[in-house]
Amino acid sequence: MTVAENNTGLAGPGGTNTATAAEAVIPAASRGERFTGYDVEAFEVPSGREENWRFTPMKRLRGLHNGTAEADGTVSVDVDAASDVKVEVVGRGDDRLGVGGAPSDRVAAQAYSSFTEATIVTVPTDTKPDKATLVRVTGPGEGKTAYGHLQLRVEAFSNASIVLDHVGSGTYADNVEFVVGEGAKLTVVSVQDWADDAVHVSEQHLSLGKDATLKHTVVTLGGDLVRVSPTARFAEAGGDVEMLGLYFADAGQHQEHRLFVDHAVSHCRSNVMYKGALQGNGAHSVWIGDVLIRAAAEATETYELNRNLVLTEGARADSVPNLEIETGEIEGAGHASATGRFDDEQLFYLQSRGIPEDAARRLVVRGFFHEILMKIDVPEVRERLVAAIEAELEAVENTANAEPATTA
Amino acid sequence: MSTLEIKDLRASVTTDEGAKEILKGVNLTVKSGEIHAIMGPNGSGKSTLSYAIAGHPKYEVTSGEVLLDGENVLEMSVDERARAGLFLAMQYPVEVPGVSMSNFLRTAATAVRGDAPKLRHWVKEVKEEMAKLEISGEFADRSVNEGFSGGEKKRHEILQMALLKPKFAVLDETDSGLDVDALRVVSQSVNEVAESTDIGVMLITHYTRILKHIQPDVVHVFADGKIAESGGKDLADELEENGYVKYIGKPEPARI
Ligand SMILES: Nc1ncnc2c1ncn2[C@@H]1O[C@H](COP(=O)(O)OP(=O)(O)O)[C@@H](O)[C@H]1O
Ligand SMILES: [Mg+2]
Repeated sequence: MTVAENNTGLAGPGGTNTATAAEAVIPAASRGERFTGYDVEAFEVPSGREENWRFTPMKRLRGLHNGTAEADGTVSVDVDAASDVKVEVVGRGDDRLGVGGAPSDRVAAQAYSSFTEATIVTVPTDTKPDKATLVRVTGPGEGKTAYGHLQLRVEAFSNASIVLDHVGSGTYADNVEFVVGEGAKLTVVSVQDWADDAVHVSEQHLSLGKDATLKHTVVTLGGDLVRVSPTARFAEAGGDVEMLGLYFADAGQHQEHRLFVDHAVSHCRSNVMYKGALQGNGAHSVWIGDVLIRAAAEATETYELNRNLVLTEGARADSVPNLEIETGEIEGAGHASATGRFDDEQLFYLQSRGIPEDAARRLVVRGFFHEILMKIDVPEVRERLVAAIEAELEAVENTANAEPATTA
Repeated sequence: MSTLEIKDLRASVTTDEGAKEILKGVNLTVKSGEIHAIMGPNGSGKSTLSYAIAGHPKYEVTSGEVLLDGENVLEMSVDERARAGLFLAMQYPVEVPGVSMSNFLRTAATAVRGDAPKLRHWVKEVKEEMAKLEISGEFADRSVNEGFSGGEKKRHEILQMALLKPKFAVLDETDSGLDVDALRVVSQSVNEVAESTDIGVMLITHYTRILKHIQPDVVHVFADGKIAESGGKDLADELEENGYVKYIGKPEPARI
C-alpha cells in the first residue's frame, strides 16, 4: 500500500486572496454512512453548516434546498442520437429509474421527488455506435425553476460516447444516472456551459457493473452557481472509473464539485483528476474528493488529484481530499491537492525569451490544462474546450487591462 | 557593432528583514564579439546581476543604468529586453508544464524575429541546432524543462541562444552540473555562435573549468556585489591557483 503526497498550498500575498487547500481530513462520520433516499421529506432542510453544505452559498440556491423553489418551468432535452441508440421519454413510474443510485442530499432528493418526466438514453447490448450521442439540456429560462431526471444506460459489452451539454438560463436541479453494464465502456462528458444567471445542482450517479469502464468528465464554465456531485459505485469486481474535471471560475461564480468514490467490492480502480483555474473577485471553486475503501474492497487501486491555478487576487479555491481506508489489502491509494497562484517564475522565463506577457500567460494556463485536455478523447468537445479556455483568458486580459496599473 | 554598458548598477531584494542590497555598484562594458568571463564565489551576486539585466521582478534596481546601444534597458519590460537582443541562459531554468519545447521555441523565435519563421526552414534549423548540442529529437515534444536533468536544461538554454541569436548573452553558470562531454558540447555551441554571429558574451562562472573550452577576452572577478578586479587570461590562472581568498578573506577554491 502506498499513500502519496498531500501538497498543501497556500498562495497569494497577504493571504487575502486566493487559496486554501486543506489537509486530507477524516470527518467524524464515515462518508459511507451519509443518508440517501428518494423522498425529499426524509431529508432535513440544511442550514449551511453541515459538512455537505458548508462551502455552498445557501442563499444563492434560490430555495432548491428548502422546498420553496417551485417548478414553474421545464428544461428541454434534445438528443442527437447515434444509430443504434434508443431515446425514450418516460414517466415517474418507469422501474428502471433510480437503479443508478439514490440522492444523497436534499436538493437531489427534491429533484427526484419533483420531476414529471425523465429521459432514458440506451445503448443496447453489444453495440458500438459510430459517433458520440449528444444530449442537450436547455435551462427553463431566466427566473424559472425546473427539476429533471436523465438516465444514460450502456448495456453489456457496448462501447459508447455521450456528451451531455447544459446551456441556457434559470434554476435547475436534477439527477443523472450513468448505468454501465457488464464489460461495457462509456465515455461521457458533462459540460456546464450555462448563461451567467443559471443555478444548477446536479447529482450524478455512476454505476459500474462487472468489468465496466467509465470515463466521466465534468466541465464547468458558466453559471452563477453550479454544484455537481458525482458518486461512483461498483456493483461487482473489475470496474474501472476515471473521473476527470476541468473548471474555470470567473468573478462572482461559485463552482463546486463533490466527488465520492465508494469502493465496496474488490479489484476495482478509480482515478480522479480535476483541474481548475480561477480569476476575478469572488470567483470560488470547491473540490471535495471523498474516496472510501471498504473492508471488502481488496486489491483496490485509487488515486485522486486536484490542482487549482489562481490567476488573480480575490479568487478562492477550496480543495479537500479525503481518503478512508478500511482494509490493508489494497494495491495502492493516494491523493494530492495543490492550489497555487499564477507562477511568476514561469512567466518571467517565457518573457525572457521575448514572448509578450499576455501570450506568456496564455501559454502557462493552456499548459496547466494540457494534461487533462489530452485525456478528453471526444474531439468535438476538446476543441470546444480549447476555444472556451481561450475566451476565458481573453476575459482576464481585458479585466487586467481595464484596471489602472498599480505602482509600488 | 553593439555595446552593452552597465553603469554603477545597484540592486536589492526584499527579504523578511526588509530590503537587502546585493549589487553594490557594478560597472562593466561589453562590446559585440567580446567574451567576458565573470568569476566569483558563491553568493557574490552573479545571478542577481544576470536577473537585474534580464528584468526579473524580484530584484529591484535602486540606481545605475544598463544601456544597450545607448537605450535604457531598465525601462523595458522583460520581453522587450529579449526582443532588443538580450539573452539570459539561466542557472536554474524554469519548468513550464504542458507547454511543449517545440511550441515554446517557435513562439519565442516568432516574438524575437518579429515574424513566424517558415515552418520548413524552422524545423530544419531546430533539428540542426539540436544535433550540434547532442539533444535527442524527442525533447521537442516534452514540456519545457520538465523532468530534464541539470545538463539537459543547460543544453536547452544554449539551444535557445543559438536560435534566438541575441546581441548579448549572459550565461549564468552554464557550466555547473555539466559532465565532461556535456561541457565540451555546450562550449562548442557557444563558440560556434560566437564565431558565426557578432554576439557579446558575459560568461558567468564559479570555476575556471569552462575557460579551457571558451577563451575569454577579459576576465573579471566578482565579489560582494561588484567587480573587484579585471584582467586578462592570467587573472583566471591566478584564481585557478589561489582561489577567491584574496577577495573574500576566506579560502574558496576556483577549480574543482
Ligand atoms: N530572492 C532572494 N531573496 C533573498 N536573498 C537573495 C535572493 N536572491 C539572492 N539572494 C542573496 O543574495 C546574495 C547573492 O545571490 P546570487 O546572486 O544568487 O549569488 P551567486 O549567483 O553569485 O551565487 C546571496 O547572499 C543570496 O542569498
Ligand atoms: Mg548564481
